[in-house]
Amino acid sequence: MRSILLVASAVYRESVRDRVPLTIAGFGVLLVFASYLISQLTAGQDLKIIKDLGLAALNILGLFIAVFIGIGLVAKEVDRRSIYTLLSKPLTREQFLIGKYLGLVMTLAVNLAAMCVAFYAVLFYQDFVASEGLRASWPAPAMDPKLMIAVALIFGELMLVTAVALFFSSFSSPLLSMLLTLGLWIAGHFNADLRQFEAVVDSAAVAYLARGVYYLLPNLAPFNVKAEVVHAVPVTTSHVVLTLAYAGVYISAVLLAAMAVFRKRDFK
Amino acid sequence: MTAIETEKLTKDFHLGFWRPRPYRALDALTMTVEEGEVFGFLGPNGAGKSTTLKLLMGLIFPTSGTARILGKPVGDLDMRRRIGFLPENPSFYDYLTAEELLEYFAGLSGLRGEERRRRVSVSLDEVGIGGERRMKLRSFSKGMIQRVGVAQALVAEPSVVFLDEPMSGLDPLGRRHLRQLMLRLRDRGCTVFFSSHILADAEALCSQVGIVVQGRLMAIGRMADMVAFELRGWEMVVANLPDATREKLSGRVSMTALSNQRYTLELPPNETPHRLIQTLAADSVEVVSLNPIRTTLEDYFVSMVNAAAPRDLEA
Repeated sequence: MRSILLVASAVYRESVRDRVPLTIAGFGVLLVFASYLISQLTAGQDLKIIKDLGLAALNILGLFIAVFIGIGLVAKEVDRRSIYTLLSKPLTREQFLIGKYLGLVMTLAVNLAAMCVAFYAVLFYQDFVASEGLRASWPAPAMDPKLMIAVALIFGELMLVTAVALFFSSFSSPLLSMLLTLGLWIAGHFNADLRQFEAVVDSAAVAYLARGVYYLLPNLAPFNVKAEVVHAVPVTTSHVVLTLAYAGVYISAVLLAAMAVFRKRDFK
Repeated sequence: MTAIETEKLTKDFHLGFWRPRPYRALDALTMTVEEGEVFGFLGPNGAGKSTTLKLLMGLIFPTSGTARILGKPVGDLDMRRRIGFLPENPSFYDYLTAEELLEYFAGLSGLRGEERRRRVSVSLDEVGIGGERRMKLRSFSKGMIQRVGVAQALVAEPSVVFLDEPMSGLDPLGRRHLRQLMLRLRDRGCTVFFSSHILADAEALCSQVGIVVQGRLMAIGRMADMVAFELRGWEMVVANLPDATREKLSGRVSMTALSNQRYTLELPPNETPHRLIQTLAADSVEVVSLNPIRTTLEDYFVSMVNAAAPRDLEA
């Protein structure tokens, strides 16, 4: 366990000093502030626009951090051959992978937290300048704590995407890992459609194939509750718990697959 | 006790994408290295030196055969606490400092607290990294990275150190420093296994060498047994050699003109140099240097490389 934490803290330290996640997080903070300006252009919908844009910024920029840093965790380490020294230490390949994963999750959490602070700062200002009448017209308060449900699910989704990025980077090049991860993220958001595929095709084989692909690809649609939270539509506790449990199972499966591939890999 | 032993260690790679063909990078390597030795693993480029080191470090898996370090299989974690490894052209993390990197690696090797800090400091001192230890590694030159690489290999006070082309990227001062360090490690009882194609380093440091060519071990043994160091003649550099003296010497010695009236004279082994020196002194010729010509490791190495049959592409 100590070795895993050492690897994780080295990844975290290296990542926060790297300009890439900082730049992305900084851009996210700017985008959250910009959402306030954009909201001024729309009469009566200011708060919804700020919440929509703020949560979208958190999601997209968090995705960039997960993908760009995630693919570098293993693929770049192999590319630059820094892995040679690390794996000659008393460290198993499994400990190496889990440490790398936890390090990036820590980086993600810190960057997401920074963007959240900026997000709530803008919401606080909006609340501060709003009249009593305007406040009464909002479906949910500005500083709505339920926004954190959406943030928690965004974080769960990003943890899953990070695991996928780690899996691809355990056997392919950085560029290919990035393309595959982004492709899977896009497919994951439309995955639910595959479940209904059997209703529109006659072939049983195609229906089975679609069902198989549905179970294989991550289903990311349940992680997106941004619209519900913004419009004060209740999100049930069971939905949150089940979605996060699904993330946990999928992440475990992907990490196990990454370990199986990585355990037998030759570092030429 | 045996520090390193391999038994018919073989590694095949597959070349080509559509129709991969096996390529034997290492062919049935069997050798032993005793504890406390400085062992030079020599060979031309592409001979299989780095492949052997990667097999010993568990970075690649053998096609067949076995390897043991300190009596344990290469994957044994307890054994890995007792070894250090410097890969060829090492690369580390740009945003960590040298000190942080070594603390990280020392931690992985099981060192903690004050002992960890002490070992990090001592290791960096040993390779001559001073105030730069708090600078980020991205600002380090190639030679400095190489020094950090050596320091990380030594940080856990290993019993066996594996160094892949350790002199690469070092300036002459750095090379001398590292040579002295390797001898100090030997004096402490540490086994040093280093790969190189620079034979002067092996000659200066090794008690034992192995020569690998085209994936096959061509020779292994003590330097003294391999190279007889027998006298093959003398090489003298002289200055201000007049034409009359040159004519007098022609036939007795072979002469090669250098710049500025300097010449290299090569004497056969039966021609004692002091008689020639007397002749030269009488003609006011300045003797710049005099060196014996002996059979060197290089001669032996070249004969081994030439003796190796071309490598079969098919394993």
